[in-house]
Amino acid sequence: MENREKILEVKGLKQYFNKGTKNEVRAVDDVTFDIYKGETFGLVGESGSGKSTTGRSIIRLYDPTAGEIDFEGTKVHDITGKKDMLKFRREMQMIFQDPYASLNPKMKVRDIIAEGIDIHGLASSTEDRNQQVDDLLKTVGLNPDHASRYPHEFSGGQRQRIGIARALAVKPKFIIADEPISALDVSIQAQVVNLLMELQKTQNLTFLFIAHDLSMVKYISDRIGVMNTGKLLELAPADEVYNTPLHPYTESLLSAVPLPDPEYERNRVRTPYIPRESNGEPEELREISPGHFVYCRESDIAALKEKKANYKK
Amino acid sequence: MSNVLEVKDLEITFDTYAGKVKAIRGVSFDLKKGETLAIVGESGSGKSVTTRSIMRLLSQNANVENGEILFNGEDLIKKSEKEMQGIRGKEIAMIFQDPMTSLNPTMTIGKQISEPIRLHQKLSKDDARKRALELLNLVGLPDAERRMKQYPHQFSGGQRQRIVIAIALACNPEVLIADEPTTALDVTIQAQILDLMKELQKKIATSIIFITHDLGVVANVADRVAVMYAGKIVEIGTVDEIFYNPQHPYTWGLISSMPTLEITETLYAIPGTPPDLLDPPKGDAFAPRNAFAMKIDTELEPPYFKVSETHLASTWLLHPDAPAVEPPPEIKARQKIYEEKFAPKYAKTQVKGGVN
Repeated sequence: MENREKILEVKGLKQYFNKGTKNEVRAVDDVTFDIYKGETFGLVGESGSGKSTTGRSIIRLYDPTAGEIDFEGTKVHDITGKKDMLKFRREMQMIFQDPYASLNPKMKVRDIIAEGIDIHGLASSTEDRNQQVDDLLKTVGLNPDHASRYPHEFSGGQRQRIGIARALAVKPKFIIADEPISALDVSIQAQVVNLLMELQKTQNLTFLFIAHDLSMVKYISDRIGVMNTGKLLELAPADEVYNTPLHPYTESLLSAVPLPDPEYERNRVRTPYIPRESNGEPEELREISPGHFVYCRESDIAALKEKKANYKK
Repeated sequence: MSNVLEVKDLEITFDTYAGKVKAIRGVSFDLKKGETLAIVGESGSGKSVTTRSIMRLLSQNANVENGEILFNGEDLIKKSEKEMQGIRGKEIAMIFQDPMTSLNPTMTIGKQISEPIRLHQKLSKDDARKRALELLNLVGLPDAERRMKQYPHQFSGGQRQRIVIAIALACNPEVLIADEPTTALDVTIQAQILDLMKELQKKIATSIIFITHDLGVVANVADRVAVMYAGKIVEIGTVDEIFYNPQHPYTWGLISSMPTLEITETLYAIPGTPPDLLDPPKGDAFAPRNAFAMKIDTELEPPYFKVSETHLASTWLLHPDAPAVEPPPEIKARQKIYEEKFAPKYAKTQVKGGVN
């Protein structure tokens, strides 16, 4: 894993709101992680955990309070000049949660999808532009005839497909998907998730997938980061987060997810999470086993290593 | 067990500019005393319309074309608005999805909880306040005495939902309708609210109709499950029967499209989208999305076939003449569990194709 190429590095990201005032909110508080080329990195947490703020800082919707974000070796927040900014905006795209609010109701689907193509001058002629939109609609499983319709004529799942087509229109390398399926019905969620995974394979994309639905994140992600109150508490390959969770918060979160299995539900025991009082010893993300990081104190390492070893038995 | 509520052949349409939308197309079910019946289905399947019709909260353009809703033997559809006001909130209460919008932002929560008590139980202001305090303690809101004087915006989402539950339970209703009560909440808070509802149900013996689209939540709370599709109940049975021995291809699709912790291959997705109820398809409404559809599915609506005494499914696949089909792998794995663990419980009445 270590010798794979990194596409994104988040280093010590801090995003405070109302800084210096009584109402200071530490939405993201010293978060560090990398995303490798071609992988899907899942970021999970409850509302207020800072997962969406992290995503928004990465795509430069916010200026961070501290820390840096490197995208393909360039510091995202140092980009100046129209040309470089356009290039960055083209390479990194976002898919939003609410398929109703994220499409302009006054624009036709063709113009929504082609907006990026126009801004970046990616079409040589009107025919080329139309052809590109038609191809994109086909890619996301919609009918090219739909291009002349307005968003209100589509269902939630279809709108989310339009949002995905819009993101793909500028041929990005990296896509941030912020809760892209939580507003959709179960049967439609599976359709959209399968589409995203297929696109990743065929178009060589890297995903940051932000969600609160742990079972879907496990399914789609290669690695998962668990956030709570602005901190990244655990980071590991998806299977390990699920099968060998080490941080008590991760365990608590996993124990709260209801599964479609009545027998399991009858015997389920919830583990409440009680945050530990600080004893002055610094806490940070430490590697317990290769690729498995836990936010902990130095004195915790031995116990966590043992916990991990006990899972394997 | 006696039935608190019986819904029979309910048909509801909505007048729209485009025409009549056939939202509910013949729904029948009953609710037994003290049980939790979960209604699952996609948006537009009619689960909310069904329960709103029980509360008589349908919009102006809705018409009840047929059917009856018997509450302790009396038809709610025939009740006057005045009579309904005496039932609503007192004998049948409702919890809504969004705790942010179902509370009045300009009223203290103490007043909001006392309101139904004073209205329905004719208690004095002081007694109503005492009862409200009791209720807030019951739903586990800490420091209730002080917080009674606060306004909804001063509470978190989970706390607000606890308050909404307190209001719903204020008059010890016989039936509680919960319309997606945990959908807007985080998983850890959701788990707390579900535990709370189950605990309260034991204490006050209320029957609950629980509407949700989350099958995990259904597995957690339900005694029985009704699966709705395109304005009809396509399958109904005990929670074990629906999760471990589902018979309708739509139920198969729903269950298979949830990722399990072991799954690694492509997720099963039901193709297509639900039908337009302005002009529902002839025959089985699920047929266009159904990989197992037969010719008859496009011509004739399937009746309910009895799988066991407690389990009905409306699919032609259960007809004695239907060819044997292989359910998706996820379902086969579940049916194996059913054979091993649950079949003895239901075995005696299990006949394939016993037309109801």
